[in-house]
Amino acid sequence: MQTNEELIITLKKIVKPYVQDEQAFENVTENTDFIKDLKVNSANLVDIVLDVEEAFDIEIDNASMERMLTVGAAIDIITEKLAAK
Amino acid sequence: MRNRVVITGLGVAAPNAVGIPSFSAAIKEGKSGISFLQDLADLTFSCQVGGIPPVTEAIKHQYFTELQLRQLNSSGVVYGVIAGVEAWQNAGLPIATDEPDWENGVIFGTGVLGVDKFRESIYKVDQGQVRRLGSTVVLQTMTSGVSAYLGGILGCGNQITANSSACATGTEALLLAYDRIANGNATRILSGSCNDHGPYVWGGFDAMRVMPYQYNDSPQQASRPMSASASGFVPGSGAGALVLESLDSALARNAHIYGEVLGGHINSGGQRGGGSMTAPNAVAVKRCIQKAVEQAGIQEKDIDLIDGHLTATSKDAAEITAWSEALQRSGADFPYINSLKSMVGHCLSAAGSIECVAAVLELSEDFIYPSLNCEDLHPDISAIIAPDRIPHQLIQRPINVIAKANFGFGDVNACVIFRKFQP
Repeated sequence: MQTNEELIITLKKIVKPYVQDEQAFENVTENTDFIKDLKVNSANLVDIVLDVEEAFDIEIDNASMERMLTVGAAIDIITEKLAAK
Repeated sequence: MRNRVVITGLGVAAPNAVGIPSFSAAIKEGKSGISFLQDLADLTFSCQVGGIPPVTEAIKHQYFTELQLRQLNSSGVVYGVIAGVEAWQNAGLPIATDEPDWENGVIFGTGVLGVDKFRESIYKVDQGQVRRLGSTVVLQTMTSGVSAYLGGILGCGNQITANSSACATGTEALLLAYDRIANGNATRILSGSCNDHGPYVWGGFDAMRVMPYQYNDSPQQASRPMSASASGFVPGSGAGALVLESLDSALARNAHIYGEVLGGHINSGGQRGGGSMTAPNAVAVKRCIQKAVEQAGIQEKDIDLIDGHLTATSKDAAEITAWSEALQRSGADFPYINSLKSMVGHCLSAAGSIECVAAVLELSEDFIYPSLNCEDLHPDISAIIAPDRIPHQLIQRPINVIAKANFGFGDVNACVIFRKFQP
């Protein structure tokens, strides 16, 4: 099982191509909001979810996706889904 | 009082060259962009040759961000953005930063967009994988995808739309832009058109048996407009783009002026009087040319050169007849006439724009590009016009007025008159 720090590193790799605020990206914390802080286009959240599913071999349902707005929420959801595997 | 409208920027992604400097050189030397395509052979097409612009990964990276390229699988969007952005830069126009420029618009048409992306999506949907399509399927496959990409990249705040009228699309886009600027509703419009490449776009034409099957071993001879041995059009793809601008604006910012759009006309034969979904009503074609001449305020004798539609089908002689009757000129008195399709094939909805770009280059650089593969001129054509009206080699001479027309499925026509800029 990966630690939260390791998960954040993997997640940062996935999110990087969609980020439009590089400075906020340098200082990512669990409270970082994908849209408000990283300026990710809201349409691209769908693509991030797909990339996350592929990287961790999990499936993120619609309800989980709706609350996946911050780095912390994403980590929680990934951890949850990995545990349920 | 209508505004005068001039051309201040050009861009192109054509089968024989990408970018204006190399395209200008290519059409002067009569360079063919037609090649044998293995995928068409593997799929048992009758016609296994076609025209695809030589777009490298490096060129793509020049025009798209890493993120835009990520899921991009729409060749029409790729060609349209390359040509459109080149034209904009060529015109010396800035890209808007925070606020859109309300005077800048985009009228950039297509016949069909993102076919490869659509195919990819159809497979996923049929496999029950709709949730895995990603976020850009709609943007890459909607008809206005190409104008939307361009409008966003450039930051234009005037009308952003994509017209569609089959092979007349590009010339129609230019005339729609001309009207909007002439009427004072916009100051600058990026006009153009694009077309995807590939078997799913071209297959329907192959099925109609309107493409040549005799030249799979000699692709560069396949596209033969005006030739006695013409046996169908060679499929092409790509995009052309022209920045149209009010003369006042062009002069105020001291822009380079390639030429003036004097006027033009768009009409339809109504699929009556010999016209059909696939064949033009000859009366409508003549009327379109005559109305264009009339709106441009020139005399028929002023026309130095006709950039024809001339696809390399049996309709070429009918087109020459229409030009001859419309302009009341024949034999040695007929203007020079050539067909870019002899080099790039029929680029479908991109044809009008790519050919308009070629025509404007002829006008501004004083040359007539050679029309390839018609040494064996069709006898019905030589019965109307003197053979020397069709250049087989580059001709360098002053060109003042060019008539350019395109005719499309659905019995639709568009004709534009370009003139060298005179203050």
